[in-house]
Amino acid sequence: MSDNTLTPDLAAAPIPVREVLPWVLFGALLLLALYFVGAEEGATSVIPGMYVHEFVHDGRHLLGFPCH
Amino acid sequence: MVRTLLIRGLLVGLVAGLLVFAVGKVVGEPQVDRAIAFETAMDQAKAQADMAKGMPGRQAEPELVSRKVQASFGLFTGVVVYSAAFGGLFALVFAFAYGRIGNLRPRAVSALLALGGFVALYLVPNLKYPANPPSVGEPETIGLRTGLYFSIMLISIVAMVLAAMAQRRLASRFDVWSATLLATAGYLIVITLADSMLPAINEVPDGFPAVLLWQFRMASLGMQAVMWATIGLLFGALTERAMESKFRLSAQGLVHPVVR
Repeated sequence: MSDNTLTPDLAAAPIPVREVLPWVLFGALLLLALYFVGAEEGATSVIPGMYVHEFVHDGRHLLGFPCH
Repeated sequence: MVRTLLIRGLLVGLVAGLLVFAVGKVVGEPQVDRAIAFETAMDQAKAQADMAKGMPGRQAEPELVSRKVQASFGLFTGVVVYSAAFGGLFALVFAFAYGRIGNLRPRAVSALLALGGFVALYLVPNLKYPANPPSVGEPETIGLRTGLYFSIMLISIVAMVLAAMAQRRLASRFDVWSATLLATAGYLIVITLADSMLPAINEVPDGFPAVLLWQFRMASLGMQAVMWATIGLLFGALTERAMESKFRLSAQGLVHPVVR
């Protein structure tokens, strides 16, 4: 805060929260993508069968998710 | 503005994903293959023992996805979607954090956020519940293990956010160095308590090679380190560059600098 008082033009201006908020919805979509890579057809399942689980199997193990 | 950051985050995540795939393919896949070979050998030994006792041998499960596809397209899809998603989420967190965690340049904010993300979302959860190769882990406990893994992840990220907020408060009273140390200590105390309260899980089968387990976990750590480093440094560099042109205009009195 104080170290840039001599150059106020260079102060980091935060982006207003109301501008960030609508994009949180998009963030939720990204979380859903993470769910499908990391946890679908493990403890919980949306799509029947084991295809998603088996397809991303190696990535799931290596990314650190509990697999089977 | 946020849209530009988000697109940049997704693209940076995509680039990170390609690098993570390369590391995973070279360093990770050999360990997965060895672990599966161990699993197959164990299953065969068990089947032979059952046959010797006159019990019917268990039929091998049909392969839904071939090993070849799992180790190529499957791995690629998994790590690229994972990295791109984290790139996008990272951009949203950056959009919120920039200008709110001290007067830091975009590349410093980006690097700090990536370090925080790596520690809170991978390192800490994995110190408690480490990544496991195939053949480690009982299928019956998947529900419990998933629940515990996401619990420690949630505790860790909430504690990290609270620590960051506390650091801001403390920085107005002490100097930034001391405030950061105090906030870090607070985070570590919460994590140590959570670690001691959550149950331990050890499902490594007897005879599983210790070296293989270590190498698998190091491969996993390496992939995550590459992903977070790429996102943090590349996103920071690109955002910094986009801002610098704004600064030049600002020096000419044409426009007020804002991050974009």
